[in-house]
Amino acid sequence: MIKKIASCIGEYKKYTILTPVIIIGEVLMEILIPFVMAQIINVGIKGSGGVQYIVKMGLLMILMATFSLICGTLAGKYAAVAGMGLAKNLRQKLFDKVQDFSFKNVDKFSTASLVTRLTTDVTNTQNAFMMIIRTAVRAPMMMIGATIMALVTNAQLSVIFFIAIPVLGIALWLIGSHAHPRFQKMLKKYDAMNASVQENLIAIRVVKAFVREKYENEKFEASADDVRKAQLYAEKIVVLNNPIMQLVMYACITSIVWFGGQLIIGQSMDVGQLSSFISYVTQILMSLMMISFIFIMCVISRASFARIAEVLGETPDIEDGPDKDAVLKDGSIVFENVSFSYHDTADTYILSDINLEISSGETIGIIGGTGSSKTSLVQLIPRLYDTTAGNVIAGGHNVKDYTLEHLRNEVAMVLQNNVLFSGTIKDNLRWGNKNATDEEITEACKAAQAHDFIMSFPKGYDTDLGQGGVNVSGGQKQRLCIARALLKKPKIIILDDSTSAVDTATDSKIRQAFREQLSDTTTIIIAQRVSSVCDADKIIVLDDGRINGIGTHEQLLESNEIYREVYQSQQKGSDE
Amino acid sequence: MPPKQMKGVAKPKNTMATLKRIFSYMKEFKLQLTIVIIGILISAGASVAGTYLLKPVIDGYISPLIGQKHPDLSKFAGILFVMIAIYLCGALAAWVFSRMMLNISTKTLYKIRVDMFTKMESLPIRYFDTHTHGEIMSRYTNDADTIREMLTNSVTQFISSAITVTGVFIMMIKISWQLTLICIAVLAAVLYLIKVIGGKSGMFFKEQQKEIGKVNGYIEEMIEGQKVVKVFCHEEEAKSGFEKCNEELRQAATSANTFANILMPVMNNLSYLHYAITAIAGGIIAVNGILSLGGVVTFLQYTRQFAQPITQISQQFNAVLNALAGAERIFNLIDEEPETDDGYVTLVNAEKNEKGELTETDHHTGVWAWKHPHHDGTLTYTEVRGRVTFDDVVFGYVPEKTVLNGITLYAKPGQKIAFVGSTGAGKTTITNLINRFYDVPDGKIRYDEININKIKKADLRRSQSIVLQDTHLFTGSIKDNIRYGNLLATDEEIISAAKLANADTFIKHLPNGYDTVITGDGGNLSQGQRQLLAIARAAVADPPVLILDEATSSIDTRTESLIEKGMDRLMNGRTVFVIAHRLSTVRNSHAIMVLENGKIIERGSHDDLIKEHGRYFQLYTGMFELS
Repeated sequence: MIKKIASCIGEYKKYTILTPVIIIGEVLMEILIPFVMAQIINVGIKGSGGVQYIVKMGLLMILMATFSLICGTLAGKYAAVAGMGLAKNLRQKLFDKVQDFSFKNVDKFSTASLVTRLTTDVTNTQNAFMMIIRTAVRAPMMMIGATIMALVTNAQLSVIFFIAIPVLGIALWLIGSHAHPRFQKMLKKYDAMNASVQENLIAIRVVKAFVREKYENEKFEASADDVRKAQLYAEKIVVLNNPIMQLVMYACITSIVWFGGQLIIGQSMDVGQLSSFISYVTQILMSLMMISFIFIMCVISRASFARIAEVLGETPDIEDGPDKDAVLKDGSIVFENVSFSYHDTADTYILSDINLEISSGETIGIIGGTGSSKTSLVQLIPRLYDTTAGNVIAGGHNVKDYTLEHLRNEVAMVLQNNVLFSGTIKDNLRWGNKNATDEEITEACKAAQAHDFIMSFPKGYDTDLGQGGVNVSGGQKQRLCIARALLKKPKIIILDDSTSAVDTATDSKIRQAFREQLSDTTTIIIAQRVSSVCDADKIIVLDDGRINGIGTHEQLLESNEIYREVYQSQQKGSDE
Repeated sequence: MPPKQMKGVAKPKNTMATLKRIFSYMKEFKLQLTIVIIGILISAGASVAGTYLLKPVIDGYISPLIGQKHPDLSKFAGILFVMIAIYLCGALAAWVFSRMMLNISTKTLYKIRVDMFTKMESLPIRYFDTHTHGEIMSRYTNDADTIREMLTNSVTQFISSAITVTGVFIMMIKISWQLTLICIAVLAAVLYLIKVIGGKSGMFFKEQQKEIGKVNGYIEEMIEGQKVVKVFCHEEEAKSGFEKCNEELRQAATSANTFANILMPVMNNLSYLHYAITAIAGGIIAVNGILSLGGVVTFLQYTRQFAQPITQISQQFNAVLNALAGAERIFNLIDEEPETDDGYVTLVNAEKNEKGELTETDHHTGVWAWKHPHHDGTLTYTEVRGRVTFDDVVFGYVPEKTVLNGITLYAKPGQKIAFVGSTGAGKTTITNLINRFYDVPDGKIRYDEININKIKKADLRRSQSIVLQDTHLFTGSIKDNIRYGNLLATDEEIISAAKLANADTFIKHLPNGYDTVITGDGGNLSQGQRQLLAIARAAVADPPVLILDEATSSIDTRTESLIEKGMDRLMNGRTVFVIAHRLSTVRNSHAIMVLENGKIIERGSHDDLIKEHGRYFQLYTGMFELS
């Protein structure tokens, strides 16, 4: 887990190493300064050094402090460079990784959780990392340095440290290890509370319509109280940190004064040494404190590390096929004994035993009830998902042989839940083909019956869509999505319920344009309306993941019960 | 729509008022807060006193004994016991106050959160139209967190630092006013540096926040559109687009954090400088005999002690500013005007006697009545029947743009009224007015002859069930979700409602049937299945008025025809408003209203309208587009 994150440091390695190295300079000064202090007191004040010596040593101290300041400032800067650099690399790696994900990978994480991982979790990691490189060397160095100085000053008294350090260390370790599971529990409660707020935001109209404000308030109070309790439970351990630290430190100071006092009385130590000894105690215990702080910080951020590492460690389960040069030679599609399930572990298939042959240039309609796996079937063609069993062959090769780019460039799919991106209409259309000329764009839009409404906007093709394409209606959005797919000039085009918000007249105009301009392109249309598919070369009726019937409109009306029912349910009105 | 609020580290506008308000939440913890302050006093006092004692201990108990062969250590031990006692009190007090503060802060936060949520639930729909979810959510997460951080860490550190600084300062003066002058000079320099560095870092943090907003926006858009990105092989473009704003964020974040990181070493080393200068001055003074050796040693200890709390305060400074800005955003939400409700007509269970007179009862009878108190103190009861009339209603979500331009209509009890028209024609708006998601002027909409503004909102809404186009479900079991319509519904009633909506079959196929827990807005169910559940939820509420806003849009026509019978039974005897895209759904309505630009341009039954050869005819024959 840590390794994966560490590998993202990349070009910021220099700063990551430089930071602790420079900090060594700062720490050295911090350790030496009390020593100089003792000299001032012993030699300068008590001894024979006189004012001259004091000034000399004082200036030395100022010099040391200035050096330490330079080191500290540089270290602070480099730590920021390294920390933010890591954050940048992490975000980029995560983002790139997600781009390489298959649909299945994305489904597994859910988009909301991917967004959190890219934002909050990266921030947590970045802060922990910065903290670590600033203190990971500093604290132990400080501890070692101060211990050495203490030993040099008075070895006998140093015994106190060797008792105090393990005691404090064990106490801090106990606190940290107990806090971890409690914090994790708290984070879970926290997630639950946030989820309930989010749910209420999304469904506020339902809450109000059913007058459930009070009910929701009570639910929220319960979950907010859970958070409160979990937080109390976790943090009440952490608040022990400070008092325990104080206790140990005070114990050290009194012992030093007691034993050191006797040494002074016995004239084997002087007052200056006692005072610097106390400084060393403070430094040693402070650095232990810092170590424990890093520890707690890591505990709290561990969840974030894990969530990031999980994404980085995910292997995209759909990768380029072995044949780099293969391209679809035509738009023919064959399904051979295809079965499919979204979860490898599920024992029931969503699609079972599909055998199907589609010739290049045919228009195919697919009809079936809610949950009959229409979408699942067509998603196998551009390899949005891979078959669980059986093969899909498109353009002469198994779809698994092509590189994804070659395959998907030739198989255009207009998704059911389609998305437009912020930017102008033209920007969005260019997704289909970066280098499309204005003529090509207009042509595609005309075929998708989008040209007229685009031209009715004051800015035409340069109209800004805003995030999520909010400035166009549902039907207009669908037609833009179709135009975008057409610009790819694919060999196979799949429309997954892509004209549901388009009126029947426009719908038939689109199909007419397809027939006239895309006669070589295999067209697959999933639709709810029989009118959208009735003139197809072949209509496939899906029921519960199986092919229930294949044929033309007339054939199916005659032989297929489901198709007849669907037809009748939609024809009732117009027959009268 | 009004401009969206900017996110980021906004400076708090009214610091004192906000602080006061946060502390007003802690009113009930007065006693505990007093203990906290006493605890902080003791703890800070102990650390000051402990250091202060070093001087008399060295001067009075150690120095006189130097060189003695058999020193009498009993007095020395005695003073050490005093020290131990002081230290113990200090550590104990530190634990007590931090533990107690934790209690107070978590409870305070709980209260703030609950207040915020309760207020949120009472806000008019208009509020949710004009604020993004992310913006509201961040108050529960980021903003609330910064307040907690401030309460648990900053407040106690501030107080204890302030006490320590004051205490140390007094002690310093007591030991040597000359050396204290140096200290004051250093303090001035420190304050100046904090101002400079703090100001710079604040500026860079603002910049960073802006870049974070951009990066997050990009991430959200691209990840939500991930499937489209893949279908178009647009991965490389997405990556390089991200690279650009990611790098901009890195630069802004590096500047911001550099300044934040520098603060600590600057403060630290300034204190060393202070230490050195004091040492020189102290040395000179000690050599001249103005100050004792112990005095110099103690004073130098104090210089270290003096620096620490000031560094701490300066570090907390940003946190406090952030928390106050967060608190301000939270209080803004809490201060929003809730939905106004001047209604006084309430919905009650009623019994009808042989004469047809209504009397109020407290048990469910299936008969509902409007209880209408009058100015003269009399009460009248009107049976709830579901008669709805609109009289020349003009309405707009924003004043500049009217959505409905003079809608007049009536629905008799038990009638099915359908609205047809393109997006933006005002169909949904009409239903939003019937249940008062939005308000219209008095007297324009009447329900059973009662001006709906006189009816209590909760009661008005209870008398109607609505099935929305986007079905929203809640985390919980299927059963709980259906029961949402009527919290008192029995399991049998739930199952029969599910059967009515034809949802029973698929529910039974779920792993745990009716007890299957759905999460995340029902993500594991298909849109169609969710709509079936929403219909069941409306059915179990059993209201006199039903509003179906594209309620079957995601259900295929075959399933729709399967549930038709159930729907017919559901609609039977109720006034129903139907909005549907699919004209087959509205065909059998008593009256169909064709809306265009906020006006009813045609009305009548299906047959009438077809004969009329107007817009409805065009729509029906596919000559005109609905979008």
